Amino acid sequence: MPTGFPKRRLAAGAALVVAALVSTTACGGGDDDNDGKDKGAGYNAALNKVVNASAKKGGTLRFVGKQDFDSLDPQRTYYGMTWDFMRFFTRTLVTYDTKPGAASNKLVGDLATGPAQVSADGKTYTYKLRDGLTWEDGSKLTSKDIKYGIERIWATDVITGGPAYIKQTLDPKGEYKGPYKDKSKDKLGLKAIQTPDDQTIVFKLPKPNGDFEQFLAMPTGAPVKADKDTGAKYTQHPFSSGPYKVKSYNAGKSLALVRNTAWKKASDPIRPALPDQITVTISANLEENDKKLMEGDYDVDVNGTGMTQSGRITAVQDHRADVDNIQTSFVRYVALVHAAKPLDNVHCRKAVFYATDFAGLQQTRGGAIAGGDIANSVFPKSIPGYSDYDPYGILARKGKADIAKAKDELKQCGKPGGFSTKITARTNNPSEVDTAEALQAQLAKAGIKIEVDSIDGAQSSSITGSPKVVKERGYGMTMSGWGPDFPTGQGYAQPLFDSRFIFDNGNYNESQIKDKKIDGIFDDAIATTDKAKAKSLYEQMNKQLIDNADWMPFIYEKNISWRGPRLTNVYSSAAYNGRYDYVSLGVAK
Amino acid sequence: MARAAAGGSHKEAPAAAGPRTVLAYLIRRLFAVLIMVLVVLLATFTVFYMLPKWAGQDIAVLFAGKATGAEQIEGIRTKLGLDQPVLVQFWDFVKGIPLGRDYANGADVTHCPAPCFGYSFVTEKPVWDTLKEAMPVTGALAAGAAILWLVAGVATGVVSALRRGSLWDRAAMVGALGGVSLPVFFTGMVAMGIFVHNLGWIHIEDGLNTDDSIGVWFETLLLPWIVLALLNAAMYARLTRATMLDVLGEDYIRTARAKGLGERAVITRHALRSAMTPILTVFGLDLGALLGGAVLTESTFNLPGLGLAAVQAISSHDLPVILGVTLFAALAIAVANLLVDLLYAVIDPRVRLG
Amino acid sequence: MTELHKTGAAVGEPVATATPTAFLEVRDLKVHFPTDDGLVKSVDGLSFQLEKGKTLGIVGESGSGKSVTSLGIMGLHTAGQYGKRKAQISGEIWLDGRELLSADPREVRRLRGREMAMIFQDPLSALHPYYTIGTQIVEAYRIHHDVDKKTARRRAIEMLDRVGIPQPDKRVDNYPHEFSGGMRQRAMIAMSLVNNPELLIADEPTTALDVTVQAQILDLIRDLQKEFGSAVIVITHDLGVVAELADDILVMYGGRCVERGPAEKVFYEPRHPYTWGLLGSMPRLDREQQDRLIPVKGSPPSLINVPSGCAFNPRCPYADVPKDNVTRTVRPELTEVGGRHWAACHMTQEQRERIWTEEIAPKL
Repeated sequence: MPTGFPKRRLAAGAALVVAALVSTTACGGGDDDNDGKDKGAGYNAALNKVVNASAKKGGTLRFVGKQDFDSLDPQRTYYGMTWDFMRFFTRTLVTYDTKPGAASNKLVGDLATGPAQVSADGKTYTYKLRDGLTWEDGSKLTSKDIKYGIERIWATDVITGGPAYIKQTLDPKGEYKGPYKDKSKDKLGLKAIQTPDDQTIVFKLPKPNGDFEQFLAMPTGAPVKADKDTGAKYTQHPFSSGPYKVKSYNAGKSLALVRNTAWKKASDPIRPALPDQITVTISANLEENDKKLMEGDYDVDVNGTGMTQSGRITAVQDHRADVDNIQTSFVRYVALVHAAKPLDNVHCRKAVFYATDFAGLQQTRGGAIAGGDIANSVFPKSIPGYSDYDPYGILARKGKADIAKAKDELKQCGKPGGFSTKITARTNNPSEVDTAEALQAQLAKAGIKIEVDSIDGAQSSSITGSPKVVKERGYGMTMSGWGPDFPTGQGYAQPLFDSRFIFDNGNYNESQIKDKKIDGIFDDAIATTDKAKAKSLYEQMNKQLIDNADWMPFIYEKNISWRGPRLTNVYSSAAYNGRYDYVSLGVAK
Repeated sequence: MARAAAGGSHKEAPAAAGPRTVLAYLIRRLFAVLIMVLVVLLATFTVFYMLPKWAGQDIAVLFAGKATGAEQIEGIRTKLGLDQPVLVQFWDFVKGIPLGRDYANGADVTHCPAPCFGYSFVTEKPVWDTLKEAMPVTGALAAGAAILWLVAGVATGVVSALRRGSLWDRAAMVGALGGVSLPVFFTGMVAMGIFVHNLGWIHIEDGLNTDDSIGVWFETLLLPWIVLALLNAAMYARLTRATMLDVLGEDYIRTARAKGLGERAVITRHALRSAMTPILTVFGLDLGALLGGAVLTESTFNLPGLGLAAVQAISSHDLPVILGVTLFAALAIAVANLLVDLLYAVIDPRVRLG
Repeated sequence: MTELHKTGAAVGEPVATATPTAFLEVRDLKVHFPTDDGLVKSVDGLSFQLEKGKTLGIVGESGSGKSVTSLGIMGLHTAGQYGKRKAQISGEIWLDGRELLSADPREVRRLRGREMAMIFQDPLSALHPYYTIGTQIVEAYRIHHDVDKKTARRRAIEMLDRVGIPQPDKRVDNYPHEFSGGMRQRAMIAMSLVNNPELLIADEPTTALDVTVQAQILDLIRDLQKEFGSAVIVITHDLGVVAELADDILVMYGGRCVERGPAEKVFYEPRHPYTWGLLGSMPRLDREQQDRLIPVKGSPPSLINVPSGCAFNPRCPYADVPKDNVTRTVRPELTEVGGRHWAACHMTQEQRERIWTEEIAPKL
């Protein structure tokens, strides 16, 4: 087998050749939206409205994807695709609204009758549960099941992988040791959650957190029936509280869901539960998956990361009406490491902002459609905190560099001739190394010489995630991407900018921003339950970060997604990073 | 094959070594295989568990992904057993293979029966289960492809050798060069583009299962067989051609002709019989290596064999599975090596076991 | 390259008649191999005769064309020469009244092993390592005899016994590598004689063997020849091998015959300087090595660019004896120098006789 080839490029090349072969011989030309065979709803039809709205039940909804779910255990998953998919068989107290676009960011009652009643001090959240909640065995789902499920987060040596927001908020000192070490008879020893009756659950926060309901909307807030808890093995067969249950799960290969007959529609206003069956096929060849989607073997890519280069060329040419150019909540950025001289100097950082040709980087990542829009704010547009603040005139210059200003900033920095440093780029991320090389060429024009160091993305948490390694290797910049855990300033930005989140390992504050004012804004914004106030605080944070040139976003990522023509009730959900809202999907025969 | 070609006139040689020495040889070789597997185990363990540590990386952090709270990382460390001294980890792993292991999973204790290669960090299933599921796929892929490439490669090589310098020879050797140079994912994608998508002659089942029918297996594996065989057949054609040309220059071939033997018998009974020795050596090793997983072919055609399992395990830092597949691959190669040596003794009476 | 000389009819031989009387008659045999570097004239116009019951020794250095001649008689230059540029063979080879070069290759194949058989230099490499001696002899026998394996096996054991291999019924199942060198050559001889061939060609039959075994093998060949009455060609670089074995001797140099005649003539009245050289380099037990007087200096000639004139002239100490530089411009023809004795040299009979008797013979 050939080694030493740049396999990624070879693969891309091979895919292009194949695409050319197949499209010239097979599809020969039909690039017309009105082409008889193609009855798609139209390009970008599912971005802000529901495509093929329907209440018709039946059929099999077929997902395909290269990457398997990280875990089907609600307390152990951290992948956005899993969170989106998990709603088929997992319910939470509150959940994201099943509406297209930004409207999805609103939290609505799911197991609960509605959002929490929050006490005036913002420290007590009380929910009333709906009537008729059931488990897949027909037993009643109670508030105690929800408490037990949430308690599992505390068992950190068994229930690994999921986010710890609820635990950090309710029990920051980690006094509770989790249900498996819980000596109490019903294993419900966590004091911060109270279940006065089966229909009521009360959360007692030591200090207020305006995003607490967001935490409960994550799968970590899902109930688990204690006598069905198989611990670490729960991922193999989670017990369903939703309209579908796991029929079979063969990790790395396939998942099949069938209707959960014990689920009662009356108890669940969120889920239309249209298909009779849902299948997920894990298939290793991305190019093949795209072809099978276009040939109708599958309906949706469960990963939701967009089509491959060859796939999207064919899709946009021949099946334009079945494609959406989806705006994700993902931001591509370059962190400017404050610990690396001379990037400790704000003027040197500003010089980087001016010297960067954002339009050029956009081109390298695939242009406005496949790559995304040029970024001007540290926040993506869907997160409260975004504004059109543009002190460097990046948008005004349509992304072009301003070398004169860059040189001026370099002078103020005391480096009139420029400086040298290193930038990391991850080899497992498509086109990241290319983008870093493009940046290298751009910055060189201002005299800033950067050396591109390709790193294994799978190892990044202990390379760019380790300030010690970053210092030892002399990295001044790290290129990467970031998306929110949940759509608020906290859920997106705290690991990136809060100095208290700088870890020895697995650090994501890669710029190593140590700014008490920023930390303070996080505290204030988190403490308030007033969303408008939080938004203005995060806008203020954005302004400060940009003025300080602390962290340089460059692309708001977009992708090309295939919308299978037989799908009904399709729309892109901002709450799930622009993915289609899986739980609403149905299929026409 | 060589045996059949040798024809009826060949009388079995008196064993170069008695059955007892052969048995002793076998035991000694199997012991060597065991030692080798242990060495591979140690090396693999070192590479995947120790190297990251020495390089200043933390497996628990790598595995944690976005869940980076200190307490969470400690939890992962405990769960994966990484908090134990390395020697203890290693010993537990080795011990588990013959004896099985018990794992606490929170709710209760799971027994991982022997042969226990550990528990997957990701799927929470015994690694042995993953290996068991993947083996038939890889086995079927390897066996089918091997037969194809051996037959096609040797036939092409023989014809090329007999028509050295002819148009056929040059075309075959250029084709062989192409076959060797073209990566499987390229030929695989082209083959699928034509036969699956364009012509629609073949349906490839996504993710073969043991309960799929033989027909489904055959149809799904047909293209992978051909693509993989193409890659290797090219090599075998070149090897066969070169070996045949060597052998045809041997004195005993001239002797055979001087006896008045017909050319067909000279080629099959005398030349090919000798030429098969190096070919079978390489064949055994290739087959052994392939049984450890054909990574590119399995990825291209989404065949859930050992190679794909390894790729998935590597991308998710699932160390026990990586270790399991590596071990199995090493074992397959070692056993193939042993079989080749035994076969060698059968083919070539000059080789003595002992 | 200019070809100074084109051979017509067999030179120095009686005029060829349409049907030769000899058992084996080779007429103007040429075996040329086209290569990238040019035409290799391995054998370039060779003629000789051999009667049944007689032995011909062909002597020469490696590259003189002696082995090529034997393979040419066996028809092995055309059999199985895959894809290589084919050897160009011309002339006539008459065996027992049949011309072989113009015959159907299938017919020649049927003669191979049955009417004409060959013993090769290195029995270890000439025997197939993967088959038992018995299997190989049985195969040789059954190609030409429609008998069952049992019969053929009995015949094989009988032949092994005949060539002096002890316990032939056991050794028949041994592999070549389980035999000693001498035994292997005996087995090889057994295999060649299994079909009672009328012509036996032994190509350096003793070169790979040690001295004592050599004598045994030569004795064996002589005995067998007497017993079977075959015609035998012994090819060797060592005159000593054929000294007692051969009736006639043919000395080859550069693809051509430079001297031929009855063995005693060639030994005691050699009329070519190359033959003198060969005689001089013969190992003799009664002589110290340093006393060898005329070792053949230099290396064998290129068969692509054969030296003009006498091919031996660059190595010949007497090249300047004839006048007018004739040795370097005119190729000498075989001329009769006595009864049935021919040599190809520009020196006059008298010059050669004088040099032989005065300079060479006393030192031998």
